[in-house]
Amino acid sequence: MLDTYLPILIFIGLGLFVGIAAIGIGFVLSPRAPNAAKRSAYECGFAAFEDARMKFDVRYYLVAILFIIFDLEIAFLFPWAVVLEQIGMTGFWAMMIFLGILVVGFIYEWKKGALEWE
Amino acid sequence: MEYLQTFWADLPVVVQILLKIAAIMVPLLITVAYYTYAERKVIGHMQARMGPNRVGLFGFRLLGLGQPIADAVKLMFKEIIIPSGANKLLFLLAPLLSIGPALAAWAVFPFDAGLVLADINAGLLYILALTSLGVYGIIIAGWASNSKYALLGAMRSAAQIVAYEIAMGFALVGVLVAAGSLNLGEIVAAQQGNLLNWYWLPLLPLFVIYFISGVAETNRAPFDVAEGESEIVAGFHVEYSGMTFAVFFLAEYANMILISALTALMFLGGWLSPFQGTPLAGWFDWVPGIFWFLMKTGFFMFCFLWFRATFPRYRYDQIMRLGWKVFIPITIVWIVLIAWLKVA
Repeated sequence: MLDTYLPILIFIGLGLFVGIAAIGIGFVLSPRAPNAAKRSAYECGFAAFEDARMKFDVRYYLVAILFIIFDLEIAFLFPWAVVLEQIGMTGFWAMMIFLGILVVGFIYEWKKGALEWE
Repeated sequence: MEYLQTFWADLPVVVQILLKIAAIMVPLLITVAYYTYAERKVIGHMQARMGPNRVGLFGFRLLGLGQPIADAVKLMFKEIIIPSGANKLLFLLAPLLSIGPALAAWAVFPFDAGLVLADINAGLLYILALTSLGVYGIIIAGWASNSKYALLGAMRSAAQIVAYEIAMGFALVGVLVAAGSLNLGEIVAAQQGNLLNWYWLPLLPLFVIYFISGVAETNRAPFDVAEGESEIVAGFHVEYSGMTFAVFFLAEYANMILISALTALMFLGGWLSPFQGTPLAGWFDWVPGIFWFLMKTGFFMFCFLWFRATFPRYRYDQIMRLGWKVFIPITIVWIVLIAWLKVA
């Protein structure tokens, strides 16, 4: 059982290695002549006005929170979908109640305007 | 032949695995390289241009086939600039987090009946997990660069990716309900029969939503506001140069191929022949299944390029509206419908 996961582990390691090797080759072959202007942040030719890690729109934060709720829902739906045939009607309605609560929340968010980007 | 078989069986298991992985990864990386060439060529011809046609191989011009190799060599010799305000460790870690999952997802792909590296039961879950990891590379790159354009691009990109990931996840649940298995090989086998049994028809809305979400997930046109070159320069990778940039570029194209292959597997019957169930079936028996799989994948890969040449860019609020207010409600309704048909 577990030995089918060994190739996957090696594959992930090799995937990362491709990235490390590529960047390593870059560091070995490329010239290195940094200066202050070259190393400054890109700002269309100006010196940077302030630190780049500034305040950002709260809606990004809202989207992230909504994402967590929905992604969890997907995580719950996965095992349910696989065994749906065995659990039959009971399983179907159990998930519908669960999904129903989520949909009520979704409609509430929609009406509250949490999904608006103008 | 027998000698080869005993030779193969005598190799240590780890070496066997490494050779199998190389058999997947080397063609994949070559495809990624030539996909960038195909993109420039296809879009060039769609705009009545020639596309790259100067760099040849071994002294022959060959329609410019040497272009990706020349590009790679050029990028290797370009200076890697690390901005003074950047967080050095995270700055260099971000491209790795982009490319690693984009390549590793291929470990569970069935290329033909039984032709799969790791035949795990949780294949689809593994793919969903790895494709979700890609967003970390982008958001870390944006934050570590300490540049306004990079941060803005990363925020946009992350919000867009998570929005479409939900639509994608729900579409996957629809496929799961229909197939009743997380194993990619069994999902393809469940589509057996004929062309109309492939899930593109029974799950048509999910098929369309899945592929469009895939285009949005990879930040490709018309959803490419994250790198919208006319407003925020190049988005999250504005500070990257040389090979660090090349790795992001590779990851983007590897992800496009990944989405194409997944769509082919789940909605177009993977390695199944399109002539199955028709009187012509016997004529095409000799064609290996992997050929059909690659043809289907190639079709979706072409669609990515076609979209880029055809559609104007979406505005950001339109992207978010499409994701949250159109795709997610449709997928939820369709899941309920499919599940009802399954149990009733």
